[in-house]
Amino acid sequence: MMPHLVEPFDTPSLEYQLLAPMLIVFGGAIIGVLVEAFAPRGARRGIQLVLSLLTLLAAFVALLVWTRPDLGQIVASGNVAIDGPAVFFQGTILVLSFMAFLLFAEREVDSAGDAFTPSAATIPGSESERELTAARVSQTEVWPLTLFSVGGMMLFVAADDLLTFFVALEVMSLPLYLLVGLARRRRLLSQEAALKYFLLGSFSSAFLIFGSAFLFGYSGSISFAGIYDSLSSGVELDPLLLVGTGLVSIGLFFKVGAVPFHSWVPDVYQGAPTPVTAFMASATKVAAFGAMLRLFYVALGDYDWNWRPMFWIVTILTIVVGSILAITQTDIKRMLAYSSVAQAGFILIGVTAASESGLSSTMFYLTAYGFATIGAFALVTLVRDGTAEATHLSRWAGLGRRSPVVAGVLALFLLSFAGIPLTSGFIGKFTVFEAAIDGGATPLAIVGAIFSAVAAFFYVRVIVLMYFSDSPEDAPTIAVPSALTTLSIAVCAAATVALGVFPGPVIDLAEQAASFIR
Amino acid sequence: MNDFPVLTTLGVLPFAGALVVAALPRGRELLAKQIALAVTLVMLALTVAMALAFEPNAAEPFQFVEKTPWIEQFGINYAVGVDGIALVLIALAVSLAPVVILAGWNDADDNERHRPQTYFALLLALLGCIVYVFAATDLFLFYVAFEVMLVPVYFLIGMFGRGQRTYAAVKFLLYSLFGGLLLLAALIGLYVVSVRELGTGTFDWTLLAGMPIDPDTQKILFAGFFFAFAIKAPMVPLHTWLPDAAASATPATSTLLVGVLDKVATFAMLRLVIPIFPDASEWAAPFVVTLAVISIVYGALVAIGQTDMYRLIAYTSVSHFGFIILGIFAFTEIGGSGSVVYMVAHGLSTAALFIVAGYLVKRRGSSLIPSFGGVQRVAPILAGFFLFAGLASLAMPGMASFVGELTVLIGSYQRWPVAAAIAVIGIVLSSLYVLIMYQRVATGPATENVKGMRDVFPRELVAFAPIIALTIAVGVFPKPVFDVVNPAIERTYSFLNVEPVEPDVPDVDALTEYGVTEGEGTE
Repeated sequence: MMPHLVEPFDTPSLEYQLLAPMLIVFGGAIIGVLVEAFAPRGARRGIQLVLSLLTLLAAFVALLVWTRPDLGQIVASGNVAIDGPAVFFQGTILVLSFMAFLLFAEREVDSAGDAFTPSAATIPGSESERELTAARVSQTEVWPLTLFSVGGMMLFVAADDLLTFFVALEVMSLPLYLLVGLARRRRLLSQEAALKYFLLGSFSSAFLIFGSAFLFGYSGSISFAGIYDSLSSGVELDPLLLVGTGLVSIGLFFKVGAVPFHSWVPDVYQGAPTPVTAFMASATKVAAFGAMLRLFYVALGDYDWNWRPMFWIVTILTIVVGSILAITQTDIKRMLAYSSVAQAGFILIGVTAASESGLSSTMFYLTAYGFATIGAFALVTLVRDGTAEATHLSRWAGLGRRSPVVAGVLALFLLSFAGIPLTSGFIGKFTVFEAAIDGGATPLAIVGAIFSAVAAFFYVRVIVLMYFSDSPEDAPTIAVPSALTTLSIAVCAAATVALGVFPGPVIDLAEQAASFIR
Repeated sequence: MNDFPVLTTLGVLPFAGALVVAALPRGRELLAKQIALAVTLVMLALTVAMALAFEPNAAEPFQFVEKTPWIEQFGINYAVGVDGIALVLIALAVSLAPVVILAGWNDADDNERHRPQTYFALLLALLGCIVYVFAATDLFLFYVAFEVMLVPVYFLIGMFGRGQRTYAAVKFLLYSLFGGLLLLAALIGLYVVSVRELGTGTFDWTLLAGMPIDPDTQKILFAGFFFAFAIKAPMVPLHTWLPDAAASATPATSTLLVGVLDKVATFAMLRLVIPIFPDASEWAAPFVVTLAVISIVYGALVAIGQTDMYRLIAYTSVSHFGFIILGIFAFTEIGGSGSVVYMVAHGLSTAALFIVAGYLVKRRGSSLIPSFGGVQRVAPILAGFFLFAGLASLAMPGMASFVGELTVLIGSYQRWPVAAAIAVIGIVLSSLYVLIMYQRVATGPATENVKGMRDVFPRELVAFAPIIALTIAVGVFPKPVFDVVNPAIERTYSFLNVEPVEPDVPDVDALTEYGVTEGEGTE
């Protein structure tokens, strides 16, 4: 008789229907890679554009058909949880990515083509770069890369154990590091941003995986449910647990751009090609918050008395520092970056509430914020000095008179960020403040309210410039975008108004979806 | 009339008008103005019809009620309705709207940056917000209107103002937003309390008023509400945005801003603060009354020292708002009703002052008092209007403000004798600032500055006449206003536990009938 050298191996059962949205996105990304390898260069862009949009669409349809926000199931041998929040966040990520992809495809606003450099490997300003630009070569790898990132995000919000969590984080982040460095204009700034993002991102990933090891050491389990179980029976002030929680938090705070781990945000948002910035500021933020919520509400759910004080401090710091530093910015992309730091603080108010309404309010806020952010960055791509985007704030003076539509829609997004009623941002603030006060975090709501007024200052400053100031002599041109960008901006504006005036259905959906399974 | 959604029509009509006006192409400026005027006149007709159908002594708190679920997850309704106070204030707003449009007919014409279409569209949008803020019986709807209102005012000041318009617009917006966001936090706090007290969360006034709230929570929530309204009113020391805004805005904007929009704050003290936080209101009353008296005296003193007419008018308003708040927090029915009448009177007198000042500034190109002198000689009717506006402001017997000021003082003397005594200083000072201004601007020989100044145009005359008529009408025969307001005031104070003060003066009806003819003798 032969002894068994290995344990008998059960093939893992996979719930294909529930995993279908992610499988479709990853499948689409792999086909995209094959297209890069086999399709002729001239045909690639068309194929990639159609393929990517269809992939996102198919994944969204699969999500609608096969998953339900009010039912939860742990699938893939316990590695992935497809429950309400996962479905809600995956849907949000897909929709926001679709909007961002429309911006990726834009070729009308820049005379030389889309927002990406023809070849990232060429030296900025070199002869070969000029040749490639003249030949109108375009870098079509961005499409499969971004699809991989989208897939990573979808897995990140559904990951139910520490390893899947980390793998998803890396799948999401690695393509982003590359995408950040691909700007067609101001390439040195872009490459610097990419390097900075990569280095700091690697550090944060290291913190996260190190922290995961501590949590594993404490609980003997990598699954979130396992950590939860050992918490309910184990010693609660175990150093392993404390250190693990702290280190994992650093990784997540980095990804959402919370103070004091926010320093990459302005540089990267400024340096990255603006469509990529829009994608990162919306979809990535949704994914990072989704994952953060799952880790803290599921694995550390009964431990909130211990992590909430830390969240209080980080939340207040994020709101205060983000709002105040945004005031001093003179570049619109950097200002929007700091604004996104401040907004992350407002979203953290909902997370800190540590309740079901905290969860649903965070979900609503992220959706509202995502649309307004993509719209705002899309508008940034339209105002141009000759070839590059005119991002210095002074260049935006008098825009209200020269281009009422661009200025008006941007004003709408800014008012939404500022939280003026009848925009989605107001309902978002309303729901997170409600969750905070209901969850006993009234001081956070008050700090949030006060700093909303501070934040309003820099949003309003842009409106002042656009409407109350005179145009500069050599006023920047307003590019007329193709139907793709126009569609993206229109959808974002419509969503911002609709979620502000009739938020009922989305709040309803978020409330239905607001329960994790363990 | 009962099934016709009159309040929704009143609220939506100006927004629709604003969209139409804004969409008019270049070259159709006159049509834009005509449409704006027509919209306000239709609103006026609707309001008159509503006022005639209004039953002052009805049992239910609100009339012309409409209610539709809006955001059901938070128990938010689209709910509108008016009580006597809201009716009177909507009537004030709607009566002033055609007046300011007519008076400021050409105010936006010489603006090289922005079209008059935008100006009139913003004015109409502001009017729509004002209707909603007074008509809302759902606190969430109230808040939405309260905040959205900032947007048109902000653009009106920033786009069509003069001087430091940008600074003034941003200052106005930030002050208001700051108060507004604290109000939001308090409002959500109230909602959370309602979840605990009533089982389901609600923003419905009829359920929230009189709801038992723990006294400490009440104080915190009261602070959030009161702070926002103290900025809006404005009370010293949160008033500094007002003179800047008034000095930079067009007269039409200032009239709507100071005359009507700021009344939202005093209205909300009566509608929201006292019925929902009665215990905290009583607790804070001495503090509020102190601030009110400081506002009265300080506003008047600073007004005397102003050299800019618009700023002077703004400071007189700070003083007058002090009277209104004093009347409200006297917790006597005569004080409360008096404060509502004073709100109307102040709306009218401020409108009169801003409009005449606007006429003067338009002619002279400067709002500084020393740049005038002897206007009376060259433009007697204009100077006469100016004098009338001044007298309306200093509460001459026969003018609406006299009724308001007198009843407020009587009402507050019963509860706060010292405060009322100090407040009387405000009356003396008001004669000073008005008469000094009039003297410097209008009397004496005509100076070089005003040579050749045209007297009022027919359009300006038509715009100003209704204010004169209304000021005297309310001043001579305030009974209809008191009749409408009294039941609502009675209901407001019924939430309080204060022991009523026995009036040692004739009741309000008798008083006001005497009030005019025997004015000063009544006390």
